[in-house]
Amino acid sequence: MSAQPLVVDAVTKRFDATVALDQVSFDMRPAELFGLVGPDGAGKTTLFRILTTLLVPDSGSATVLGLDVVKDLWAIRARVGYMPGRFSLYPDLSVEENLRFFASVFGTSIDEGREMIEPIYNQLEPFKDRRAGALSGGMKQKLALCCALVHRPDILFLDEPTTGVDAVSRREFWDLLDTFKASGLSILVSTAYMDEATRCDRVALMQQGHVLAVDRPSVIAARYPHPLLAVHATERHALLRILRSYPHVASVYPFGDKLHYSDSRTDPGVDAIAAEVRSFLATQNVSGVRVEPIAPNIEDAFMELMGAPEKLIQAAA
Amino acid sequence: MRVLGFLLRKEFLQIFRDRTILGMLFIMPVIQLLVLANAVTFEVTSVRMAVVDMDHSSMSRGVVTSLAASGRFVPVESSQSQALADGAMLDGSVNMIVVIPEGFARKLETMRRAQVQLIFDAEDGAAAGVMRSYASAILAQYSLDVGAQIFPVVSMRLSPAAERAPVRGRPVLEVRHRGWYNPALDYREYMVPGILVILVTIVGSLLTAMNIVREKEAGTLDQLNVTPITRTTFIAAKLIPLWSIAMVDLMIGLVVARLVFHVPMLGSLLLIFVAATIYLAGALGIGLWISTVVETQQQAMFLIFSLLMVYLLMGGLFTPLRGMPVWAQWAADLNPIAHFVALMRSVLLKGSGVRDVAGHLLALTVIGACVLGIAVRQYHKSSR
Repeated sequence: MSAQPLVVDAVTKRFDATVALDQVSFDMRPAELFGLVGPDGAGKTTLFRILTTLLVPDSGSATVLGLDVVKDLWAIRARVGYMPGRFSLYPDLSVEENLRFFASVFGTSIDEGREMIEPIYNQLEPFKDRRAGALSGGMKQKLALCCALVHRPDILFLDEPTTGVDAVSRREFWDLLDTFKASGLSILVSTAYMDEATRCDRVALMQQGHVLAVDRPSVIAARYPHPLLAVHATERHALLRILRSYPHVASVYPFGDKLHYSDSRTDPGVDAIAAEVRSFLATQNVSGVRVEPIAPNIEDAFMELMGAPEKLIQAAA
Repeated sequence: MRVLGFLLRKEFLQIFRDRTILGMLFIMPVIQLLVLANAVTFEVTSVRMAVVDMDHSSMSRGVVTSLAASGRFVPVESSQSQALADGAMLDGSVNMIVVIPEGFARKLETMRRAQVQLIFDAEDGAAAGVMRSYASAILAQYSLDVGAQIFPVVSMRLSPAAERAPVRGRPVLEVRHRGWYNPALDYREYMVPGILVILVTIVGSLLTAMNIVREKEAGTLDQLNVTPITRTTFIAAKLIPLWSIAMVDLMIGLVVARLVFHVPMLGSLLLIFVAATIYLAGALGIGLWISTVVETQQQAMFLIFSLLMVYLLMGGLFTPLRGMPVWAQWAADLNPIAHFVALMRSVLLKGSGVRDVAGHLLALTVIGACVLGIAVRQYHKSSR
């Protein structure tokens, strides 16, 4: 397969006054695990619906496996696997019946697709007579993935597959995606969890219908422009207020049980800044203070990009 | 074609797995038929009657006795005061007042003719009409028995303020009724075919709409739309099972009609099933159309019932079409329920053949083709 699995070119979609997607462009390489990362309302689901031929873009174009999403919809439908964000299988049919049904409408069978779905189906098989509606969240999601894969698609679309799934199941799920990627499948996956973004080969950061940046997660994180400190104190709330009053502050936001503080200066060096902040906090009578310089991760980069979209679009261009 | 087979298998699997739906499909029709056919009737019995007898003669008592003896009229009040009787009608404790004027017996004996005033509560117009014709018939019979003429003077009373002018009944002609095709005028023979139409319609349109909207709600419709299943295959897979179920319901209904109500089946049952097949195209089409314009099963249910109510009431099921205003009769020509009800009654009770009901069949075909055509088009437009 020489063609690029996915090319999105200036796709725009409006719903009445709302612009769901505004000039969205990116592309995928063969056998890539590509992430669409952004909060709810970023336009991820709309983009999925366009790429899976359920919606027509207002302007712009997109090709899936070299096929146009508007003109070649039937050719696309036979070759993609799609797992919508919401559980969309028949709750009154059993695991096996759902799987057999979706295999049959693609003109194949469970046995023919067996090799593809083997790693998941092994876990599902003990429950094959159970009704899909009675499965646990993690199992439902595995069944949905199975149903999206049983016809051996060339590209897989997963819309927020891990939303509402426990941490262990999430990790297992991403391990599975790695396995499928290794077998040559191209995968487009969306998520609102930043920690999952790092498991993608490349990501597109999205906000309010715009793509803020497209790159490898490590590159996006490294592009973070400010020195960054993790600050811990006994009273986090007071600490937040005090740090925001610091003259050189660029931004402060909660991150787990700590605060991430970024400084607007770049010249003094991160260790010098850490020392300054430490002494500033000492003058403010903040107790239990720990200040450490840290390397920015993708979430820091995303917060920065979200705060200044115009700056980021330039940076991306 | 193979895909259609898989889809059909899935549909039947789901239908036969859902016990509530199964019960609704096969037990409810029987129960509804039994309940409705026995309860829905135009007959009026036990009319509560106030008697204002100012004559106190054996003749005047004879009038009251003959009314009471029919079993349809029950004297519940007797007084000398018209005002008291009026009050009783106003508070609803009587539906009818019989006023026998002073000198009634004397007039009958000397002039061989006298008047009796009958006042009916006309709040329920249909019932008042029925009461009036019963009472007139009984009085006419009593006149014959006593060898004199008793003229009923009839008032239909809506409220004391809006009393209509008395209608003077003049027995100039004696009318003898003889009902053809339903000699005993058994309402059930007349109603049961109509109720069968209601059941088949509800099963057809409601289940179709609910079934498709449920896939919409569950998100499975989107999932199916990202498969090589074409719209036409999908629609066929939805309509064929529900069509067959509606036909089975019709069969069950006909068996109940025959065994329980002894409804005559003079015409060809094959003709009934052919007509039902054509009719269901329209009924299922309405369900399909509704599924394209609503998002939830609740909306579908509400819309179906609003529509059905209008179609049923204007379909000549409970009230004769000939009694409706001209525009409503025109509307009935476009109402598939009206045609199917008329056809069912005609074939079952009169034994009409294809040629006799050709007009209805043609109308059903045209309406069915239009409705289904529009619905399929709409479905294609509403999704990609």
